[in-house]
Amino acid sequence: MLLIQTSIGTGYDLSNSVFSPDGRNFQVEYAVKAVENGGTSVGIRCKDGVVLAVEKIITSKLLKPGANKRISTVDRHVGIVSSGLAPDGRHFVSRARDEASSWRGIYKGPIPVSALANRLGGYVQAYTLYSSVRPFGVTSIMGGWDSEAELAVDGQGYYGAATGKGRQAAKAELEKLDLASEKLSLHDAVKEAARIIYVAHEDNKDKEFELEMSWISSLDGPTQGRHEEVPKELLEEAERAAKRALEGDDEEEDEGAKGTGNVGERMEE
Amino acid sequence: MNHFPGTWGRPRDDVYGPYDSSYLQTTGPKTHTQSPAVTGTSVIAVKFKGGVAIAADNLASYGSLARFTDVKRLRKFGDAAVIGFSGDVSDMQYIDRLLESIDIRENYSAHGNQLNAKNLHTYLSKVLYKRRSDFNPLWNHILVAGFDSEKKPFLSSADLLGTTFSAPHLATGFGAHLAIPILRRLFPEERSIEEISKEEAVSALKDCLKVLWYRDARSMDKYSLALITQDGIEVHEDQQIEAQNWAFAESIKGYGAQTV
Repeated sequence: MLLIQTSIGTGYDLSNSVFSPDGRNFQVEYAVKAVENGGTSVGIRCKDGVVLAVEKIITSKLLKPGANKRISTVDRHVGIVSSGLAPDGRHFVSRARDEASSWRGIYKGPIPVSALANRLGGYVQAYTLYSSVRPFGVTSIMGGWDSEAELAVDGQGYYGAATGKGRQAAKAELEKLDLASEKLSLHDAVKEAARIIYVAHEDNKDKEFELEMSWISSLDGPTQGRHEEVPKELLEEAERAAKRALEGDDEEEDEGAKGTGNVGERMEE
Repeated sequence: MNHFPGTWGRPRDDVYGPYDSSYLQTTGPKTHTQSPAVTGTSVIAVKFKGGVAIAADNLASYGSLARFTDVKRLRKFGDAAVIGFSGDVSDMQYIDRLLESIDIRENYSAHGNQLNAKNLHTYLSKVLYKRRSDFNPLWNHILVAGFDSEKKPFLSSADLLGTTFSAPHLATGFGAHLAIPILRRLFPEERSIEEISKEEAVSALKDCLKVLWYRDARSMDKYSLALITQDGIEVHEDQQIEAQNWAFAESIKGYGAQTV
C-alpha cells in the first residue's frame, strides 16, 4: 500500500483513460511529465499583438541553424508553438491547419482563435480517452489575431503563457510584466519574450539553444494581422538586449527558478 | 387508367401523341452551372517599363440589370500578382477562395520561394481546363498581371475553356473589340515595352475605360486600377471616369423610338 503515492504497481497506470480511485489519470500525468522536459516556450499577449517564442535546445552539432522549426503558421492569423515531442507537435499543427481550412470552407472567413483553440482542445482530449491511443506529448501555445480585434493566447485567453522545462521561471517573469494593463507594446513584448527565454534557460546552461520567435500584430501593425517570423534584425536586437539584461542580473544575484516536478500543472492546449 | 403510375394524369398518347418524358429526366449532367448569372464585363491591362497596369470597372450585372456597383474584380495574390476577372462573379469568388487557400498553404513556412504571376497563370489555366473538361466550366475570362521568374513584367490571359493567350496589352469581353484597337494604335508592335512609361500606360487604360463606358451597356464609370511594379502592388479602388463628354451621342441615330 506504500506504493499508492508513487502510482507505480497500483495497476491504474497501465492504460489510457483508466482513473485511479482518487480521480487521477496517470497516463496523462506521465505525458505532462514528459513535456516538462521540453524546451521552454512562451506566449505574450499585448495591446497590439501576440508574440510567441521558444528555446530550441540544440541536440546535435550537425543541425543547421534554423532547422526543425518549433513555431508553425496554422492560418494567416494564427501561430502555434509547442514544447515536447516534436513529431506530436507537427501532428497537432497539421490538425490545426485542417480545422482552420475547413472553417474557411464552411464560413468563408478566418476561424476565430478561440474557436480553433476549442476544437483542438477537444482533439487533444480525445487522445486521453482510449486504450488504443496515447496522449499528446506536447503542450502548445496558440497565438492569433482575430480581425474583430480580439486576441487570445492559449484559447483560454491568457495574457501570457509558458510551457516546457523553464516554465516556472518564465511564468514568474511574465507575471512581473503586468500584461493585464495592456501597456506593453508589441516591440517591447518581443524583447521581453527573448529575455524570458534567456532567463528560463539559466537552469539549463550546459545545453546550447537557439531562440525562435514569431509575432502577430494588429491590422495596422508591422505584420498586418498575419502570423510571421520575427524579422532577423529585430530578433538579433532582442537577443542582444536579453543577454545584456542577464549580465546585469548576474551582478546582483542569481535568482533561478524552483525545481521542476509540480504535478499540479495541467496540460494546456 | 392502367397500372403504369408514370402515365397517370397525363394526356392520352392516342389523342396527343407520346409524352415527351425527357422533361422528367432526373439523371444526366447538371446544366445550371453551364451559363453565367451575375457577370462582370471587360478587364484591360498593359505592360510598361518595369511593370504592368490592369483595370476593370466595379459593376456586376444580372443580365442587363446593373445589379452590384461595388464589386472588386481585381484581386491581389500576395505581393506577387493581380488577377482581373470578367465573367461570372460567383465563379470569380470561387477562384478567389481557391487562391486564398493556396496562399495560406504556401505561407505555412517562410521558405522564401513565392509563387509568381506566371506560376499562377499556369495553375489557373489548368483549373479552368479541368472544369471545362468536366462540362462544368468556371465562366470567367481572366487576366493575370505580375512578374515571371526572371523578374520581367508578365501579362497573360486564360478563358473558360482553359485557352491561354499572351500579349503586351490584353483585354477581355467587349474590351477585346473596343480597347485593343486603341491600345494597338498607342503601343504598336514595333514600340518596345521599355519605351512605355507607367504614366502613359495608366492614361491609355483610362482612355480605354472611358470608351468602354461610352459604348458597352454593361459597364459603369466607377473602376479599379492596379499597378504592379518591383516596388509592390498599388490597387486604386473606387476611381471615377473623368472628363466625360457625351456630345457624340447626339449624332448616333437608328436606335429605339427615334424618328430620324
